[in-house]
Amino acid sequence: MRKISAEKIKETIESIILEVAFNLPEDVCAALESAHKKEASKLGKSILKDLVDNIKVAKDEKLPLCQDTGFVVIFMEIGQEVQIEGDLHKAINEAVAKAYQEGYLRKSIVSDPIQRKNSGDNTPAIVYTEIVPGDKIKIKLLTKGGGAENCSAIRMFNPTVGAEEIEKFVIETVKNAGPNACPPIIVGIGIGGTFDKAAQIAKKSLFRKIGTHNSKPHIAKMEESLLGKINKTGIGPGGLGGKITALAVNTETFPCHIASLPVAVNIECHSHRHKEVTI
Amino acid sequence: MKKITAPLTDKDMQGLHAGDQIVISGILYTARDAAHKKMAELIKGKKPLPFNAKGSIIFYAGPTPARPGKPIGAIGPTTAKRMDSFAPQLYAKGVKATLGKGARSKEVKAAIKKYRAAYFVATGGAAALLAKKVKTAKVIAYPELGTEAIYQIEVKDFPAIVAIDSKGGDIFNEKL
Ligand code: SF4
Repeated sequence: MRKISAEKIKETIESIILEVAFNLPEDVCAALESAHKKEASKLGKSILKDLVDNIKVAKDEKLPLCQDTGFVVIFMEIGQEVQIEGDLHKAINEAVAKAYQEGYLRKSIVSDPIQRKNSGDNTPAIVYTEIVPGDKIKIKLLTKGGGAENCSAIRMFNPTVGAEEIEKFVIETVKNAGPNACPPIIVGIGIGGTFDKAAQIAKKSLFRKIGTHNSKPHIAKMEESLLGKINKTGIGPGGLGGKITALAVNTETFPCHIASLPVAVNIECHSHRHKEVTI
Repeated sequence: MKKITAPLTDKDMQGLHAGDQIVISGILYTARDAAHKKMAELIKGKKPLPFNAKGSIIFYAGPTPARPGKPIGAIGPTTAKRMDSFAPQLYAKGVKATLGKGARSKEVKAAIKKYRAAYFVATGGAAALLAKKVKTAKVIAYPELGTEAIYQIEVKDFPAIVAIDSKGGDIFNEKL
């Protein structure tokens, strides 16, 4: 048994939040820089220039990359040989409250979806825990903005439809998102499982490095085909026209029922603030 | 690059066309979902708005808190369509432009034409960069709403793009 204190988890989460609020992951920076070079449309290019410049200002001045500093979503893979000392969920939410206060980040969470009073400290976080072999804890953290999240969609398909129908749905979702999701976007797709599982793996797929593909060749092929088609929609950076609408299409799959074929599309904006840490 | 200064006049509006890149100086008022709901109640109750609407620009934004010594934290546009149901009555009160991201409804476009107003977009997710254009900021209404309060902010050369102009030209219709 390896003991890990809740305090240690708290410190780790706090430092991840304070890093991602001001620093985009390297692969996202590189993708935006290369998009800026490639984009031909005048307005599209000027949007991408703003995004590249924004990365530097955010980092140098410790100003959040985006004013929407998001909902904290955590995927935690906990080794079954780990014993957590202390209250895990309390530690996570204390970390969120502290980081959002100390980092001068925006508190964007309301405690009740109908009454809509702000919780005041950006808690609670959304936490998915998974028990895995080993004696480590892997924390994958994403701060998810509302604009892009609102453009997501899920559909329960007939199991007899083919890849083509699924692609159509993904493209329709991207078109509906249009400028609202702050393109260039990252498209997370979950195929299979149940209604909830599809949405969960769609979100989890967002952690993949830009430029990598699903290990299954037929899924990798679908990702490439979709990225090509999405970039032909002409939506472009900021939705103002151009050829760079998405930076990546990430897909995860899960086995499913003979009667089902759920497909979830989770839209993520270019302000793709996330990080993975193992303790 | 056209330069405009708020409050805006009818003459300012005539020179703006969908697709123009502009820089804005002067006063902007931030308001997002919750503040719009409150302003709609004021209008319904025939009470005055928290700011002088004539010629004004409403910025759909909720900033991050300012660090000590800074006027504001990060600030950038939020999705404008969530304010579509409120926008026509605000244009009717004299608001000359709104500033956000994304496309607008037919009703908003009709109101923009009717009141010879405009809708501008700014780069979504470039909020650190845009914050540098803000010189001063103060909450003028609804402090209890936190980031959703109405801030009066003074900007200098704040970059934007005309998305819908006073004649109904719409960059999103042309692109999509
Ligand atoms: S969609 Fe992303 S980049 Fe755009 S405003 Fe929201 S968090 Fe910021």
